[in-house]
Amino acid sequence: MARGLLGIEELERPEIEEILDRAVAFQAHGGATFAKVNTSTGKMVVNAFFENSTRTRSSFEIAAKRLGADTLAITASGSSVSKGESLVDTLNTLVAMRPSAIVMRHKASGAPHFLSRYLTTPIVNAGDGTHEHPTQALLDARTILDRCGRLEGLRVTIIGDIQHSRVARSNVHLLSRFGVDIVLCGPPSLLPREMAQIASGVTLEYDMRRAVRGADVIMMLRVQLERIHEPAMQAGEYFRFYGLRQEHIELANPDVIVMHPGPMNRGMEISSEVADSQRSMVLNQVENGVPVRMAVLERVLLQ
Amino acid sequence: MKLLIRNGRVICPASGRDGIADVLIDGGRVSAVGEGLSAPGAEQIDAAGLVVAPGFIDIHVHLREPGFTHAETIASGAKAAAAGGFTTVCCMPNTNPVNDSATVTTYIVEKARREAVVNVFPIGAITKGSEGAELASIGSMVAAGAVAISDDGKPVMNARVIRRAMETARALDIPLIQHCEDLNLSAGGDMHECLDSVRLGIQGIPSAAEDVMVARDIILAELTGVRYHVAHISTRNAVAMVAYARQRGLPVTSEATPHHIALDAGHMRPYDSNYKMKPPLRCQHDVEAVVEGLASGAVDCLATDHAPHAGDDKMQEFERCPFGITGLETALGVSLEVLVHTGRISLPKLIALYTSAPARVIGWKGEQARGALKPGYVGDVTILHPEYPWVYDVKKSFSKSSNTPFNGRTFRGGPIVTIVNGQVVWRAEGFSD
Repeated sequence: MARGLLGIEELERPEIEEILDRAVAFQAHGGATFAKVNTSTGKMVVNAFFENSTRTRSSFEIAAKRLGADTLAITASGSSVSKGESLVDTLNTLVAMRPSAIVMRHKASGAPHFLSRYLTTPIVNAGDGTHEHPTQALLDARTILDRCGRLEGLRVTIIGDIQHSRVARSNVHLLSRFGVDIVLCGPPSLLPREMAQIASGVTLEYDMRRAVRGADVIMMLRVQLERIHEPAMQAGEYFRFYGLRQEHIELANPDVIVMHPGPMNRGMEISSEVADSQRSMVLNQVENGVPVRMAVLERVLLQ
Repeated sequence: MKLLIRNGRVICPASGRDGIADVLIDGGRVSAVGEGLSAPGAEQIDAAGLVVAPGFIDIHVHLREPGFTHAETIASGAKAAAAGGFTTVCCMPNTNPVNDSATVTTYIVEKARREAVVNVFPIGAITKGSEGAELASIGSMVAAGAVAISDDGKPVMNARVIRRAMETARALDIPLIQHCEDLNLSAGGDMHECLDSVRLGIQGIPSAAEDVMVARDIILAELTGVRYHVAHISTRNAVAMVAYARQRGLPVTSEATPHHIALDAGHMRPYDSNYKMKPPLRCQHDVEAVVEGLASGAVDCLATDHAPHAGDDKMQEFERCPFGITGLETALGVSLEVLVHTGRISLPKLIALYTSAPARVIGWKGEQARGALKPGYVGDVTILHPEYPWVYDVKKSFSKSSNTPFNGRTFRGGPIVTIVNGQVVWRAEGFSD
């Protein structure tokens, strides 16, 4: 089977390093846009997004185009999925058009893993349900490296709805491979105890003030209120106990950086004061999405 | 019409028999068991080197008819049962329409009499439409041939309703079979809640969802005196509670499925719906507790929960796939592997788990007495070989569905000949006497 990228969990550390190193070559400098490198001219990438996405989809599209590949975007509302076609049939139809790779986002955990057993075209996972979002973890790691110069020995605190976060899972797997001290923090109903065993170096903390103490990186997760279909916590309580404010920054390492995969709910999981501060890496993360995805796509397209 | 099964190792746990003997079936009933029987003009089967057991009974199958005949029919499910060595099956009421009235019960009984190669006994619904609110026409279904009641797959959440159903079942002297799952605790769940579910990003079904309903029902069983049966028991706590109820002298029984003793959540191929069922595959300590329960007698019998689903329904995103796997054709192979070849229980004990034990749970009497090779009992016999190697190929399955995690698995030992009412209804490929 052709090599795609389904998740961080199945990657070894050298494979991750190779992607992160390659991404540096694609980063933009000064006021320039990303250079067009054309290493993948003649290839075709289908972006199949069965769940809404603006930044991830545009980022993958720019990445493919900068590599010289042709792109085609399929969205759920405009596809036969809304007419009741099964996912397998939809993907087989796309495969019949002979793309070089399929970038896929789906609301069901494991959807790309399930499909990859039946398709020969490599699949790049752009987020599957509450499971993994590998390119987000890679661009987060690239952003931390750009700023801190290393991953080893850092203390990274991830705060929010861990239970339903694919960003958290991918980051935990990636950071764990590099010996990062990972602290997961959130309300007990959104932070299953089993998360402590998901990878090495993970500790759980339900008290936010303790969680941020000494942190080099604070990663906030988007609270997906639409996912909270049970009485996990009142929205007002959420910001009070798990919303990131300046008082938390003062407990962290003096050079702490703040990250967020976006889109942000200001006043919910993060205050505007922090979101707009110099410590906020939010736009650096978005920017790094392109070179990191170029590195991922190139790895898939040039195999 | 006579059938003489000669020279086999006859194992009948209910009569304490284990030795070389002949079995004579006459007029569809066991007529004699003993050495050197002669029956002029009888059809003969040479069972030398084979084990001759009472016909296997599976008290938990889904035959999908009426309503879901693209997945299974009474005829195809019965053939699969025969190929698994089963001579009697009890089918759950979650058909369309639900078997909640004498009309549907009669339809199944009549259809089975015409088309099924094994005995089929319907299980009636507890509540109308299995919706958990209003009792179904339980007395009429029993009069039409239902042998138990259950809302399998849709557990009765309302304690008052289940109490009334238990009182009704007790008066009719039928068991009430519960699929134990607190629907609030399990809501949205697709696999056992454990490290693997968290890792895979799949919503979990906690063991507690099963445990709290078993606890509630045991309390209500004591209140009502009903013969209460826990379907597909899967957790350590549930086994302990059933054992406790038995110590208290309550008529509480339970069944385990072959897949729950063979597999735990760690064996799942990620996102493969052939490993998706309810209750879900649990933890290693749960598997161990269920196996121990079968060995000690705390868990009474084995039942497959054969749950066919059409390929299209199972070829989807994991969270969209329906729950359930097929099991009739692999039951004996799996249970020999897990229980007998490992030395956990003896072969006669395993045979009891498929014959006398399930017969006792249902309580067939008189003309319907089954589960033993005793004179006057129904002439159902399962001939098996406990050692011969074979590979399960789902493409050759008699079931209309192929949703099994055991495709391609090599087994040691399985059924050889299945005899229902003195007639051979299935014979293993390549076996001739």
